[in-house]
Amino acid sequence: MFDALSNRLQDVFQSIRGETRLTETTVENALREIRLALLEADVNFKVVKAFVDRVRDRAMDQAVLKSLTPSQQVVRIVRDELLALFGDAKGGLQDTSARPRVILMLGLQGSGKTTTTGKLAKWLTRQGRFPLVVSTDVRRPAAIQQLAIVAEQAGVRVHDPVGQMDPVARAKSALAEAMAVGNDVVIVDTAGRLHIDDELMRELVAIKEVSGPTDLLYVADAMTGQDAIKSAGEFNAQIGVTGVVLTKIDGDARGGAALSVVSVVGVPIAFVGSGEKLDDLEPFHADRFVSRMLGMGDVLSLIEKAEAVIDEGDAQKLEAKIRKGGFTLEDFRDQLRMLRRMGPLEKIMGMLPGLGGMKELAGQKPDEKQLSRIEAIINSMTPGERKQADILDGSRRKRVARGSGTTVEDVNRLLKQFVEMQRMLKMVGQMTGDPIAAAPKKKKRKGPFSLMK
Amino acid sequence: MGLFDRLKQGLQRTTQQLVNQFDDIVRRADAPEARSRDVDVETAEALEEILLMADIGVGATSEIVSAVTKRSRRGESLRELVKQEILRILEVPTFAAQSSAASVGKPHVVLVVGVNGVGKTTTIGKLANQLKREGRVPLICAADTFRAAAVDQLQIWADRAGVDIVRAREGCDPAAVVFDAITAGKARQRDVVLVDTAGRLHTRTNLMNELDKIRRIAAREVAGAPHEVLLVLDATVGQNGLAQAREFTSVAGVTGIVLTKLDGTAKGGVAVAIAHDLQLPIRYVGVGEGMDDLLPFSPREYVDAIFEEKW
Repeated sequence: MFDALSNRLQDVFQSIRGETRLTETTVENALREIRLALLEADVNFKVVKAFVDRVRDRAMDQAVLKSLTPSQQVVRIVRDELLALFGDAKGGLQDTSARPRVILMLGLQGSGKTTTTGKLAKWLTRQGRFPLVVSTDVRRPAAIQQLAIVAEQAGVRVHDPVGQMDPVARAKSALAEAMAVGNDVVIVDTAGRLHIDDELMRELVAIKEVSGPTDLLYVADAMTGQDAIKSAGEFNAQIGVTGVVLTKIDGDARGGAALSVVSVVGVPIAFVGSGEKLDDLEPFHADRFVSRMLGMGDVLSLIEKAEAVIDEGDAQKLEAKIRKGGFTLEDFRDQLRMLRRMGPLEKIMGMLPGLGGMKELAGQKPDEKQLSRIEAIINSMTPGERKQADILDGSRRKRVARGSGTTVEDVNRLLKQFVEMQRMLKMVGQMTGDPIAAAPKKKKRKGPFSLMK
Repeated sequence: MGLFDRLKQGLQRTTQQLVNQFDDIVRRADAPEARSRDVDVETAEALEEILLMADIGVGATSEIVSAVTKRSRRGESLRELVKQEILRILEVPTFAAQSSAASVGKPHVVLVVGVNGVGKTTTIGKLANQLKREGRVPLICAADTFRAAAVDQLQIWADRAGVDIVRAREGCDPAAVVFDAITAGKARQRDVVLVDTAGRLHTRTNLMNELDKIRRIAAREVAGAPHEVLLVLDATVGQNGLAQAREFTSVAGVTGIVLTKLDGTAKGGVAVAIAHDLQLPIRYVGVGEGMDDLLPFSPREYVDAIFEEKW
């Protein structure tokens, strides 16, 4: 996400990077670009104005202008100011002694409350919690059903008193059930509503009163425009909001609304939703987020992702294998699968420093299909061939190509790359290897393994 | 109730900064002694702010501002100039669309697409109801086989509208459901087949390819299908709406926009940006959760409602 914004900002910085001395005019030009970039990213008009003024004040300081690296100073100022906007609050949920802890999900229609409820339940389960979810959305057709399905996918208990159509009563009985069953968290999903719908806002207040929530999470669509402040502000004023969940950040939304909400409404971002799978919810980290915005990459999140899909034991086994030079096509395939489990390539690439700009340069998205093809080729081999690639002669290669729906050239290319990779791995010797580096497209030579170390 | 009244109702319920600010600016700029002069820098900046706050976007905004700062000699009022400019942007694609709406092939296939959570399913329900009232018999196709309970949600809408629905299990190939629905539509002599698709972010290549497949299947089964491809946009969306419109148009060939959730405080200004950059017309607006809360879009009423004088 934030690609377009980070690219624009990178352009700005690139243009001033060459200058040995900054003048007031160049700073002004850079500021104008920053202003436009932020406006196009839907950052609130007033926030932009204040932001640009603050950056100007600091950048026009004679000490900055005369320093040896003025442009880097400006970059740092922008970074500092962005971080200051997000505040120093930590993402995720704050500690509480409340049992059960009640989490109330708020937001406009279609912001992703129900999906986020499921994701949050799953995340809590991973944290060793035992959540119960309940829908109080009796308005949208099939909303209760949707939560039931999502909860089942997440493997959490759902409270659904059949026939009970009073939202407040549903929340209340969910609490009672949680006490009886011993759930330590209750997530209450609510009906989406417009912040100007008084009747529904009163209903929310009533739900809040009976459930006594610790957390009131406002679910906001990352694609929201200038209206973000108004709606979030109203929810905060009428119900109270303790944190924001920013959803759909996996699109190309520049998410400027996030900045506005945080700085104007003064509520920290707790989580970000980054995909359609139930695992796609991460606690928010302002520093990583800002780094990504500025195209500085987000290696920490990448490592976390890698750790989540890679089994420590497997990793050690493979490492030992590589040391002995016994890396086979089968291992290669396992590596590919692992990489793909981490999510779409595009998302992974976005986290690598310096790749943000490159992606745009290539003008194309990383080819997931290519990976599928490689997997298909390896799948079409016999176990023996996978263990000993050199027995693949012409006729075997032809068979493999037919079996995988590719051409002999594709098979040849893969094998050649594989041989090269094997040689490289041997050379590296005591180090763990990096099989992904040999994937057909020239990707950053950085796979889950090198990151684990 | 017409679009104007519905929008006005929404506006009235909030402290409408936009309208108030606009009134202030206009009052100053249209004062008798100022009328004959060009609009000054301060006013232009204030106007720019208002337009940007309405999500109209940097491109369209600067065009509107530069167009209105030079007044004609007759000293037209700033309010009228701004309204005319936006109207000009909105009307071009609308007329183009009306003239090319000639339809071949039966049933008339309407594809409803958009990102997640914009209100596609609800819009389908409302559209079905409207068609039925006009005396055309629609058939609903539940091709959102991805989101949990999406089909059930649509079923409820279909029941409310009293319209047939063709559905399949969750997880089925949506193109197959579309094929079934079109076949059923032909057999049952339906006038229109309304296809609900799963929400997808326009950056997901594989999901967008799925739309292309649905399109191809429809085109193969009925001449000229899909006759209409409606992109549903949430009125609260910001400049990302442009990116959505661009991507969906290139993959699915969008022919018009449905602007939903206009009953809130957001006014969907990005539609102006879309009309400006991509010449796509707004066809309908959603103004509430009721069955009848879908109205045909009228540029004039929309502009009037946004920039009406304080009431």
